[in-house]
Amino acid sequence: MQKAHDLKEYREEVGQALDNEFLRKAMDNFARAYPQGRAKAFAGMDAAALIAEIAEAKDESVSHMEELYQEFKKNAEAAGVKVHRARTAAEANEIIADIAREENCKNIVKSKSMTAEETLLNHHLEAEGLQVTETDLGEWIIQLRHEGPTHMVMPAIHLSRDQVAGLFSQVTGSNQPNEVEKLVKVARRELRQRYVDADMGISGANFCLADSGAIGLVTNEGNARLVTTLPRVHVALAGLEKLTPSLHDALRVLKALPRNATGQAITSYVTWIKGQSECKAAEDNKKSYHIVFLDNGRTAMSKDPLFKEVLRCIRCGACANVCPVYRMVGGHQYGHIYIGAIGLILTYFFHGRDKAKNLVKNCINCQACKAVCAAGIDLPRMIKEVLARIQDEEGHELESRLLSKAMSNRRFFHGLLRSARYAQKMFGTKTSADHKGKYQRHLPMLLSKEHGFREIPKLADTPFRDKFPKLREKVEHPRYVVGLFGGCAEDFLYPEHLESGMETFKGQRVDVRYPMSQTCCGLPLMMMGETTTERDVAKQNIRAFDPAELDYIICHCPSCASHLKGYPNLFKNDPEWHLLAQRFADKVIDYSSFVQEELEMGKEHFEQGGPRAAYHSPCHLCRGMGVHEAPRKLLGTGGYDYVEMKEEEVCCGFGGTYSVKFPRISSQILKTKLDHIEESGADLLVTDCPGCVMQIRGGLDKRGSKVKVRHMSEALAERKKPGGGHP
Amino acid sequence: MSTQDKDEMLRTFTAKAEAVSCVVEEVPSMAKAFDYVVDLCGKKEACKLLISGCEEALSKKAEGLCETKQAKLVAAPNLNKKDFGSLKKKCNDNGFVCIDEGMRDHLAGTDIGVALCQGGIADTGTVILDSDSEETRLATMISEIFVAVVPKSKLFANTYEAEDVVSKLIGKDPSYTAFITGASRTADIERVLALGVHGPLEMHVLLLDK
Ligand code: SF4
Ligand code: SF4
Repeated sequence: MQKAHDLKEYREEVGQALDNEFLRKAMDNFARAYPQGRAKAFAGMDAAALIAEIAEAKDESVSHMEELYQEFKKNAEAAGVKVHRARTAAEANEIIADIAREENCKNIVKSKSMTAEETLLNHHLEAEGLQVTETDLGEWIIQLRHEGPTHMVMPAIHLSRDQVAGLFSQVTGSNQPNEVEKLVKVARRELRQRYVDADMGISGANFCLADSGAIGLVTNEGNARLVTTLPRVHVALAGLEKLTPSLHDALRVLKALPRNATGQAITSYVTWIKGQSECKAAEDNKKSYHIVFLDNGRTAMSKDPLFKEVLRCIRCGACANVCPVYRMVGGHQYGHIYIGAIGLILTYFFHGRDKAKNLVKNCINCQACKAVCAAGIDLPRMIKEVLARIQDEEGHELESRLLSKAMSNRRFFHGLLRSARYAQKMFGTKTSADHKGKYQRHLPMLLSKEHGFREIPKLADTPFRDKFPKLREKVEHPRYVVGLFGGCAEDFLYPEHLESGMETFKGQRVDVRYPMSQTCCGLPLMMMGETTTERDVAKQNIRAFDPAELDYIICHCPSCASHLKGYPNLFKNDPEWHLLAQRFADKVIDYSSFVQEELEMGKEHFEQGGPRAAYHSPCHLCRGMGVHEAPRKLLGTGGYDYVEMKEEEVCCGFGGTYSVKFPRISSQILKTKLDHIEESGADLLVTDCPGCVMQIRGGLDKRGSKVKVRHMSEALAERKKPGGGHP
Repeated sequence: MSTQDKDEMLRTFTAKAEAVSCVVEEVPSMAKAFDYVVDLCGKKEACKLLISGCEEALSKKAEGLCETKQAKLVAAPNLNKKDFGSLKKKCNDNGFVCIDEGMRDHLAGTDIGVALCQGGIADTGTVILDSDSEETRLATMISEIFVAVVPKSKLFANTYEAEDVVSKLIGKDPSYTAFITGASRTADIERVLALGVHGPLEMHVLLLDK
């Protein structure tokens, strides 16, 4: 749960989580195990197609939520079910407390429901003097500890068996061993008695089937079956978005939900309940059955053109499982009640700006969540949109405003970058032995100790744009006419990447243009929630390049590339610009793909027998652009001995302004990356992104490592044979 | 469906069910299925020794529940009269109690719950069980071993193929239908997999030639 008042407090809490060694180890093990389990579960299936189908069907349901509700209500009521509707969380809790009063219930057993967590139902019922027992093992454990879940599927993932043993010893009044198998059996027997005593069972609902009025419950422990069988009253609490037309829709989701959540083909139990089923504890042998539908903003959300997508969520929890930040800080610091990427978003809508405002800043924009989302939600984008909304509501932060202001005028912005070069001289530079670049000794804005985990590079003496006219080759009969999109980091920090790129193009009959009016791609603006200026700079770039005369727009920075590819999304409500943005975006390609797939350069162009090279796959290349093979093949072509390292596609922790905002998390993520690099035994680490170069090179140099870091363009230029042109 | 397809489905079902720790056997007849149950009951230790955690100290109340336990008990509420009669006889011959109702008197646990299922889903190793009767629900939940009998003729390749059957089951009023795939499980403590958290500790599937 979020208690921090401001970013400073939030950072302190995050810091404590980072210091919790058990948590770190548990989360780390999980993060390593999950992708393999998921891949195995989806083996032989077209996961992407299934996800697309789910997204489409969910969108359809969400746009007919009200009709589905009416249909469900009619069918459920015909089967003797009482259907309630709550506008707010408080109302839902009151309805349920009223049911308990009217039905004269005292003891409640619950099976797991995130919706009940959302409304803080237990607190309400307990305050009414009712006894509530969570029966899902993880939920019971956190209930006993009076805390919220740290994962939507595994709520107690943050706790050790020792902690659970201590807790169970208190509950049973006798000493319990710290063996998992035995602790599970203790829960089995303790909770069995609770079911026997209970007169009301509360469950959630994974599906509410409109055409039959049945609900579907998905569990592994089977507790939902007992909760809905033994007590004489059953109350199911469901968010309106759980409404779905028919069984078929539910079966479709069921194919993805367990696979994505826990790597299971299906959970142990899936239960379908319709009407007042037999219950021998009830007077007339019939269960008294209520369904409470919770709105809590869902109807409004379903009408929001941007955010309605969020209602697709099937609560599989996968977006947390792959999140590098969640991996470092755990669920208590990565959500309020809902956890992970979706939690960052839902917190704002369900629990308010105050709980969400710090959280939404803690996204590195690595796209990992989007890549696994069972419902195909563009989570990173939604997170930034929430950030933008909060900024609009609360006033933009000073640094954010300044950045936005500066970037809205390219001349002014580039002027700033140029003058920053003189400013940094005052703070001195030092040269690294292994790396070409020079480092800032100090950067005024980065003086704090927390930034000491990596060296910070200094701005180049001459930006690429000033060098370009001299570097440009005259090409007769070009194979390709391309525009280079530099991007701030390449243009002003690492012009050598672009120069190396030009070097590799030599003799390949590539006619290169560098439109001078291009500016920042706008990603940093999105990161800070400055959407208005983000659109402005997008327009500037679209104007700067003429897609009609270019075959490709090449980026040496995949973060820029994937952001440029996303331009059409910025103009969803503006048909004219949408079209222009689409024409522009269609031409965008990353450097490695261009060289590998288009130029098709062969081994004959490069000196073979080079050193061992590991590859770090930038987030925005592998997930943002969907490029996986090209750079690895290219290393072989370029004469390197490619060695595989662990977790090549996991984020390095940079994330632009993120690493400035959350330096401790950034450095912790980086540490894992550096360990993998050094373990691989490579002499060289190659990557495709200036941000990753900065982060990883800075980290390795700080460690005094011998491993060198190169952008792909440099790695290729270094081994390119002179001449060897394309016929 | 060709014999080849049927064999393929049988193999898939078996592999998938075994992958979630089910014991899968083929049985030629109901009589053989009951022999299997009786044999299993004979081999297993009396209700919830050791594996259920009976040796662990509990709070007084939870301990109290266990005092209701008795001789080995088999529950089979959803069999037809004739089948139940023959199972009961076999049980009694071996000194086990066999019941088809009154599950609420045995909430501390029973040894074996037997149920005839309405179908099986091959690609997940799942059984489909009409659980409208409370006795059926309880028998298959509070037993330490759940024996599911599935006629081979009612195997489906996947959930979509089973959709019509499931739709019919769900369409009844009231209706309580379950997909069951392996024993009750949890990984809530340190992600260590443990079977038998609330429901059965073991699941056996008997594929019946019929
Ligand atoms: S984009 Fe990356 S950091 Fe942000 S929520 Fe998704 S997985 Fe986490
Ligand atoms: S947002 Fe996607 S990945 Fe996250 S819980 Fe929802 S469906 Fe699963």
